[in-house]
Amino acid sequence: MGQQISRRLFLKGGLAAAAGVAASSIPGTEALARPDESKQLATLIDISKCTGCEACVDACSEVNSAKYPDPQKPFPKMYPNRVPVEDWSDKQDVNDRLTPYNWLYIQHAEVEINGEETELTIPRRCMHCANPPCVKLCPWGAAKQLENGISRIDSDLCLGGSKCKKVCPWDIPQRQTGTGLYLDLMPSMAGNGVMYKCDRCYEKVAEGELPACIEACPEDVQTIGPRDEIIKKAHALAKEINGYIYGENENGGTNTIYVSPVPFEELNKTIEKGKGKPHLEPVKDTMAQANNLAAAMIVAPIAGIAAAVGKYYKRTR
Amino acid sequence: MNHGQRNTRAISLPGRWFYLITIFFLTLSGFGQMPIFKRYYIADIPGLGWLAQFFVTHYIHYLGAILFLAFAAYMIIDYLVLKRKSRQMTATGYVRGALLVGILASGIFLVIRNLAGSNFSSSFIIFLDLSHLGLVMAFLFVSLYCLIFKKHWTTER
Ligand code: SF4
Ligand code: SF4
Ligand code: SF4
Repeated sequence: MGQQISRRLFLKGGLAAAAGVAASSIPGTEALARPDESKQLATLIDISKCTGCEACVDACSEVNSAKYPDPQKPFPKMYPNRVPVEDWSDKQDVNDRLTPYNWLYIQHAEVEINGEETELTIPRRCMHCANPPCVKLCPWGAAKQLENGISRIDSDLCLGGSKCKKVCPWDIPQRQTGTGLYLDLMPSMAGNGVMYKCDRCYEKVAEGELPACIEACPEDVQTIGPRDEIIKKAHALAKEINGYIYGENENGGTNTIYVSPVPFEELNKTIEKGKGKPHLEPVKDTMAQANNLAAAMIVAPIAGIAAAVGKYYKRTR
Repeated sequence: MNHGQRNTRAISLPGRWFYLITIFFLTLSGFGQMPIFKRYYIADIPGLGWLAQFFVTHYIHYLGAILFLAFAAYMIIDYLVLKRKSRQMTATGYVRGALLVGILASGIFLVIRNLAGSNFSSSFIIFLDLSHLGLVMAFLFVSLYCLIFKKHWTTER
């Protein structure tokens, strides 16, 4: 209750309230730093149901192809030479990894269930972190998080510096050179295209429709709903199948909750990882360290004032 | 002799160094928020590799901000309570002060943006990013001018 009030105050009451609340709960910035679980949408992915048919992958491409890059060639020369050209425009059909033209793919894992060799298939895309570093650390505001928790990169604003990918624990966003705003600025000196990733079909969701991959899945692998409800469902499912959960606490909590019949450690060992192929490792909260300093920022001026006042009293005495 | 020299500034020598070093690291880590140090080989210089590590520059920027906030609060109170009778702010002092207020204000909002659960509109975030950067550039130019032409924040009344 207290936490909920402080969060609300923080969001609605502006700075003054925030300062008061944070100062009164040091060390307790975590209390403030909690997403609104009833507003953010999360998906539950039941790995045991997925057959790897790739209907979701096709549906994603079909619905989102209009958003795919259409780069101008030849690309402007970029300086210095080390700046990599990343061009997927001739490899648009690649669908065994994430690319600017493929925001969802199926990962394969060979595991043993009850002594039997089994292949599990795992749909992989952006996790839609509750507090997404890709969005928060984007220096231009090109990456954004909607109120329903969807994070997306605005292809009209992105300069393609790839910082979002570097700070993403799963290296999700993928770059296409030769497209976007940087072409209109100083294409040889700054920027390098646009970053692309799953935007959770935000337009469809805004219309009250399901994301394409969820709608197309014949096995109902994915369920979407408010985060708190999805977490409850995930736990119920995990209990029922004696399974494991990934995404609930990763990177401080994501809006993609996987439930698997085998431990994610096992899955992570057998899946193919690398460029455009995200891992399934435990991930600590990347934003937490700096955010924990936020409380100290409120104390700092108070300390400064105290020091000055102390000096004054010493003088006047 | 010595007396006159000391009086040209309201700030002690260690205080001045504290100010300069904090501003230096804030600027460096601040520019490090943009993906430029790797591209332009600056992060390849031994000892500067951290400039390309975004979580490190982010953390250092916050640490710098904490030190700077404490420093600024100290200087303001010190001026108001102790120094105002004998010294007054100069025009360039007011300009730099105003720019710093803008930088701090936009910075505070950016800190709030980074907390989970904050949900500023994207146009507001773009406004914050650009004004933070623009004000810093203005502040650096004004500071450079003041350094070259020996303009101080305050003068004797
Ligand atoms: S998974 Fe990566 S790209 Fe997706 S929201 Fe999290 S940080 Fe951003
Ligand atoms: S939510 Fe939409 S954009 Fe994201 S993977 Fe599914 S279909 Fe693709
Ligand atoms: S459509 Fe459903 S069953 Fe087929 S690969 Fe995608 S998630 Fe798995």
